[in-house]
Amino acid sequence: MPAASSFMMATSMSMTSRLITALRKGWARVRGRPSRPGREMRGDVHIVPRDSIAANALAAVVAIMTFLAAVTSGGVAIVIGSANEWQSEVSREMTIQVRPTPGRDIEAEISKAQALARAAAGVVEVRAYSREESDRLLEPWLGSGLTLDDLPVPRMIAVRVARGAVVDTAALRQSLAQGVAGASLDDHRSGINRMRGMARAAIAGGLGVFGLVLAATVLSVTFATRGAMASNRPIVEVLHFVGAKEAYIASQFQRHFLGLGLRGGALGGIAAMLCLMLAGRVSGLLTGPSGDAEAAAALGRFSIGLMGYAVVAAEVALIAGITALTSRQVVVHTLRNIE
Amino acid sequence: MIQFENVGLRYGLGPEILRDLSFHIAPRSFQFLSGPSGAGKSSLLRLLFLTLKPTRGLITLFDHDTASLSADSLAVLRRRIGVVFQDFRLLDHLTTFDNVALPLRVLGREEDSYYEEVTELLNWVGLGEHTWSLPPVLSGGEKQRAAIARAVIARPQLLLADEPTGNVDPQLAQRLLRLFIELNKSGTSVVIATHDIALMDQYDARRLVLHDGYIHVYD
Repeated sequence: MPAASSFMMATSMSMTSRLITALRKGWARVRGRPSRPGREMRGDVHIVPRDSIAANALAAVVAIMTFLAAVTSGGVAIVIGSANEWQSEVSREMTIQVRPTPGRDIEAEISKAQALARAAAGVVEVRAYSREESDRLLEPWLGSGLTLDDLPVPRMIAVRVARGAVVDTAALRQSLAQGVAGASLDDHRSGINRMRGMARAAIAGGLGVFGLVLAATVLSVTFATRGAMASNRPIVEVLHFVGAKEAYIASQFQRHFLGLGLRGGALGGIAAMLCLMLAGRVSGLLTGPSGDAEAAAALGRFSIGLMGYAVVAAEVALIAGITALTSRQVVVHTLRNIE
Repeated sequence: MIQFENVGLRYGLGPEILRDLSFHIAPRSFQFLSGPSGAGKSSLLRLLFLTLKPTRGLITLFDHDTASLSADSLAVLRRRIGVVFQDFRLLDHLTTFDNVALPLRVLGREEDSYYEEVTELLNWVGLGEHTWSLPPVLSGGEKQRAAIARAVIARPQLLLADEPTGNVDPQLAQRLLRLFIELNKSGTSVVIATHDIALMDQYDARRLVLHDGYIHVYD
């Protein structure tokens, strides 16, 4: 059996090689050129060698730096998204506080305050906290099990504003002061301003880190390209000596290094996108469907969105462009040195 | 074809290594360029090959004043000159065929248009069996012949050879000299830089001798 199987394998291999030869000849006929004996022994016919050690090392550097830059830009996109989310979420909340006033029915005052809030343009939801809920709000400070009936505990009304709407808080504040005894409106302005400051700082910090990583990427890719080009100096010289024009030599290298940059950049960029997608999935699994809304409100959504992916693609193109342009610069510099 | 008038050359702020060179190279001529080591033979070849600019004087090449030509025009002019380097300068990742075909490829020609030309020339220089070999597997003499083939494939009007017999045995040196003589007979002007007296004694040709930066011409 082993003899038969090795015979079958040999037959199958010889058939495969015959098929390849026939296809090659057919292709040669289609292209109208003769099949040249020994032609298959030719190696790399590209003027700039495709798979040199320096080229592969450069592709690896480009891939790693693109990955880091893409992950950083993705992180910054998430921070910016979260900061904007925090701002919009907090700015959509207002609170009306109604303090008990002697001789006034607090429940009636609450109803009046609710009616005034609902009447304000841009308000989508008004919910008054019950007596029990208001008491529970004090539990963290006073402890549980106390009877608070004798204490003048203020009552809270949560007011939710429509997304993007602007409520005339001055008018609402005035109507509450005139129409409801002991009522005051808190639009969290000081909190929102602090939050806005924090968000701006986070965005500026993120953009700063992104800028540094991008600068490091550009510099390291530039130097790696120069290193890879050093081994190609003899090729530049020979092309120059056989009468090639500067544009011809530069285009040979530029094309080759653009390909290298795109290969490395695409590898790094795709790896970064997969990591960001995976991180989004993992965060989704950890927070779970019930905690999703709260987590999204607190941390923002763990997604870089279409804009984030566009930025990663732009980074890949930028880095590939840098490798191509650097190779061109080195060619021009080498030719100037020769002359 | 080539005219040097009071040409001088110095590197940076160093002393002038070539002084007041005035000579001409006629079409279809054959000459040896000799002189002791360090006399400036390679520098003179580089001036002839337009990869160096003189610090003074005038070089006229194919009726063009080289000082007034742009880089692209110099490249076009360089296509009319073939050079054989002492260290061959073959590209190791290309086959002998592709190395020899490089000047034609640079001209934008398709492989089909020069395939016969290149294989014929390789057969003529005795490298037919090594058409698809890579330079690292060639011997010194074979590399030298491949370099010569690359220098003449585009039918240059002038062939410059820098110590072409420096790395080969006397027998092969004689064969290479015969090759250069054949090329000269076919219409190419030849300048061979060498300090091999025995080689020069084998062929009665014009001699350009460099000494102390000056050139002495023996017709």
